Amino acid sequence: MEIPYTIAARPDTGLFNAKMGIWLFLASEVMLFGALFTTYILLRVGAPEWPHGELDVPLATINTAVLISSSITMVMAWASLMMKQFNKYKLYMGLTILAGVIFLVIKAFEYGHHFETGELPSKSTFLAIYFTMTGLHGLHVVGGMIVNSYFWGPGSRMWKTEPARFTNRVEVAGLYWHFVDLVWIFLFPVLYLL
Amino acid sequence: MDSSHSEDIPKHVRKYVVVFVALLALTMITVTVSYLHLEKTAAITVALIIATVKGSLVASYFMHLISEKKMIYMALILTALFFVVLMGLPLLHHADPILYK
Amino acid sequence: MTHPVHAGAHTDLHHHGEQSFWRQYVFSTDHKVIGIQYGITSLFFLFFGFTLMMLMRWQLAYPGEALPIIGSIFGQDNMPDGIMLPEFYNQLGAMHGTIMVFLGVVPLAVGAFGNYVVPLQIGAPDMAFPKLNMTSYWVYFIGGITMLGSFFIPGGAAQSGWTSYPPLSDITVPGFWGGQTFWLIGMVFLITSSLLGSVNFIVTIMQLRTKGLSLMRLPFFVWSQLVTAFLLLLAFPPLEAAGVLQLMDRIAGTSFFLPSGLVVSGQIIPNTGGGNPLLWQHLFWFLAHPEVYVLILPAMGIVAEVIANNTRKPLWGYKSMVYSIIFLGFISFIVWAHHMFLTGMGTAISAFFQTTTMIISIPSVIVLSCLFISLYGSSMRFNTPMLFALAFLPMFGIGGLTGLPLGLAASDIALHDTYYVIGHFHYVVAPGTIFALFAGIYYWFPKATGRQMNEPMGKLHFWGSFVCMNVIFFPMLIQGLAGVSRRLYDGGQQYAHAQGVLYLNEVMSIGAWVMCLFQFVFIINFFMSMRKGKKVEENHWHATTLEWAAAPTPPVPHGNFKTIPEVHHGPYEYSVPGQAKDYNPQNEPMKA
Repeated sequence: MEIPYTIAARPDTGLFNAKMGIWLFLASEVMLFGALFTTYILLRVGAPEWPHGELDVPLATINTAVLISSSITMVMAWASLMMKQFNKYKLYMGLTILAGVIFLVIKAFEYGHHFETGELPSKSTFLAIYFTMTGLHGLHVVGGMIVNSYFWGPGSRMWKTEPARFTNRVEVAGLYWHFVDLVWIFLFPVLYLL
Repeated sequence: MDSSHSEDIPKHVRKYVVVFVALLALTMITVTVSYLHLEKTAAITVALIIATVKGSLVASYFMHLISEKKMIYMALILTALFFVVLMGLPLLHHADPILYK
Repeated sequence: MTHPVHAGAHTDLHHHGEQSFWRQYVFSTDHKVIGIQYGITSLFFLFFGFTLMMLMRWQLAYPGEALPIIGSIFGQDNMPDGIMLPEFYNQLGAMHGTIMVFLGVVPLAVGAFGNYVVPLQIGAPDMAFPKLNMTSYWVYFIGGITMLGSFFIPGGAAQSGWTSYPPLSDITVPGFWGGQTFWLIGMVFLITSSLLGSVNFIVTIMQLRTKGLSLMRLPFFVWSQLVTAFLLLLAFPPLEAAGVLQLMDRIAGTSFFLPSGLVVSGQIIPNTGGGNPLLWQHLFWFLAHPEVYVLILPAMGIVAEVIANNTRKPLWGYKSMVYSIIFLGFISFIVWAHHMFLTGMGTAISAFFQTTTMIISIPSVIVLSCLFISLYGSSMRFNTPMLFALAFLPMFGIGGLTGLPLGLAASDIALHDTYYVIGHFHYVVAPGTIFALFAGIYYWFPKATGRQMNEPMGKLHFWGSFVCMNVIFFPMLIQGLAGVSRRLYDGGQQYAHAQGVLYLNEVMSIGAWVMCLFQFVFIINFFMSMRKGKKVEENHWHATTLEWAAAPTPPVPHGNFKTIPEVHHGPYEYSVPGQAKDYNPQNEPMKA
C-alpha cells in the first residue's frame, strides 16, 4: 500500500504532499509569531516608557548575518542534490548546521550577560517580551538544527536508495529553515533597533 | 519534485548569490539608519519596509515562492489576512475604549 | 476503470500479519486504528467531563449539603465531610468545560470520525502522513493525562474557568505546581496535536482524492472536515502563544497580563506590572470563537450524510451548503470580540463585531434550511442515527436563535455571563453536536465492526437523552433571563433576583442524573454489539459514498480498498429515475 504523491507532484495541485504540508505548517507558525508581535505592539503602546540601549546591537547584527548566510547555504544544499552532487550537499548542509551553532552560541552569550546583570524577564515588560520572543525563536532554531543534523547524518543514507524522496525532504527542511530566518529578519529590527 | 528546476539550477544559484548580497546590504542599511535616531513614526516605517523587503527576498527566492503553485498562494494570502486581523483589531479596541471619568 | 492495488514497493507498511501487537494496535499508523483510539479515548473523556458536571449539579441543587455515600472520596481539601467547597466547585467547572471541548468533542468529531471516515470517503489508502497521525494521537493522549493529573496535585486543578482569564488565572495557586500551570502545559500538548492533525487533513483531502473525485463531488462530511482543519490550523497558534505568555507569568514572574498596581488580598503584588489582561482575552477568543465552529462543522457533516442516506434523496442545496461553510469559516475569524462586549470596548468596535456576528448567522441558517428542505418529499427511514440527526435540526436551531441576543451588544449587556449564555452554548453543543456524534456512531458502527447496534436500545437512548437534554438546558435560558450569573457555586442562592427561579436548579440536576442512566443504555449497547451485535452485509445502509460502496466491511487493514475506486458522479445520487437501485454508489457509473 503506497501513499501517492510523496515524490511526484499531483497534477492538479502541482505539489507533492510534504511541500503542501510544510507550507500549511508555516502558515500556522506565522499566526504563532503574529500573536507575539501583536503582544509586543499592544504592550509597548500601553507602556508609559520603553527601555533603549539594553541590548547588544552589533552582536545581534552579526547574528543576523549568520542566519542569512545559513539560508543561502541551506538552499545551496538542496540545489546540490538537484545537481546530483552529494558531496557538495554535505558541505553546504554542514555549513548550515555550523551557522546555527554560531547563532545559538552568540545568543547564549547575550542571555548570559543579561542574567549576570540581573536583567531577567521578570524585571520589565520589555525584557519579558524580548526573552519570550527570542526564546521561542531559539527553540525553533534548535528544532531545525536537529532535523538538519539528521539529514546530514543518518538520514542521508536515503540518498543511495531513494534520491528523489531524499531531495524532497531536504527541500522541505529548507523551507522550514528559511522561515526561521524570516522570523529573525523581523525580530531583529523590532526588538533591537526600534 | 519540481522537475522544471533540474536544468536551470545554475541560473538559480546566481540568483541566490545576488539575493544573499542584497540581504547583507539591507541589514547594514537598517542598522545604520537606526543610529540616525529618526523620529518614531519614520523609524518604524523605514525599519519595517526594509524588513519586508528582506523577508520578501527570502520568501520569493530562497523559498521559491515566486514560482509556487496557486494553492500555496491562496493559503498564504488567507494567513496574511488573518494576521492583519489579529494584529489590527485588538489595537483598534485599545484605541477606542470607553473611559470612565 | 479501476486498477488493482499492487503489492509492489512497500515503502511504509508491513503485511498485516507480520506486525507485533504493539505496532498493530497501540503504535499503529493506520488511520482506522488511530480513529478508534481517538474514539475510545474521547468517549472516556466525555463521560468523565459529564461526571464532573453531575457532581456540580449536586451542589447547585442542594447547596451546602453533604453528598451522601460518595462525598467522602474527594478528600477533606475538596469536600470536607462531603460538603463541596467553592474552590472545588470552580475546579469542576473549569475542567468540565476544558475536558468536554478539548479532550472530548473535538477529538471525537475530528480525531475519531475525521480520521476513520475521510480517507475511506475519498478513496485513499490512508492519511497523507500516517506517522504524523500516530504522533498526533499520542500527543493528545499526553495532554489528556496532564489535564487529568492536575486534579491530584496540591491545590488541585485549574479553577479559573475554561477561559482562564488573568489576573485570576495568573495568581491562583501560583508557580509550577498549580493546576493552572498544568492546564497550560496540557493545552500546549493538545494544540500541538491539533496543528499536526489539521495539516494532515488538509493535505489528505487536497492530494489523495481518488480519480474522478473533484472537489464538488466530495461528500459534505469531507468538506466540513476540510474547513474545520483550516480553522484549527490558523486559529490555534495565537492561543498557544498566549499559553506560553501565561506560563511565563506564572513561572518566570513576568507581567504580560498583570496590570500595574494590582492589589490582591489587600496587598500590591510584587510583579512589575505593565501588562494587559485584555490581551489574554483577545488571544484566547481569537481561537475560541473559531473553535465553536470546529465543534459544529463536523456535526453538520455527519447530519448531512445521515439525512441524505435515510431520506433516499440527494441533499437539497449541496453547493449552497459548501459555499456557506467556506464563508462561515472565513467570517469566524472576525467575530471573536462579541465575547468581550462588556470589557470597555468603544461603540465603533462593538458595532463592528456585532455586525460581523449577525452576518455569520446567515451561513448557519442556509445550512440548516437546506437540511430541513432535504426532508421534503423523502422516503424517510426512522432508524436510530436518523432520529439523532433529525433532533439535531431543531436543537441546533434553538441554540442558534438564542445566540442572537448575545451577539447584539445592547441585549448582551443584560445576558452576558448569565445562565442564558450557558443554555445557549449547551443547546448547540449538547443536543446539537453530541447528538450528531451519536448519529455518527450508530451510522458508522456497522462499517467498523461488521455488526449493527441494537435498535430498540438505540431508540431508548435517543428518546431518553432528547427529553433530558431539554429538561436540563431550557431552564438555564429562563434563569439567565432572570439575571442569574454563571459560575456561582451555590447556584444563585444569595441573590434576591434569583429566588424566583432557584427551584429550577433541582429540576435540572435531576434531569442530568436521569440522563446519565440513559447513557448507560448506550454504553452497554456499544460494547455488547461489538461482540454479539447482528452481523450485517457490506453496505448495510445502502449508501452511495465510497466508505460504504467501495471498501469492505470492516475495511482492509492497510490499504482500505481491494481495488482503488474511481468516482463517476456526485455523492448523493439516491432515487435517480431510470436506475436499477434507489442508490447509485459513487464508484459505479449510472446507466445512461
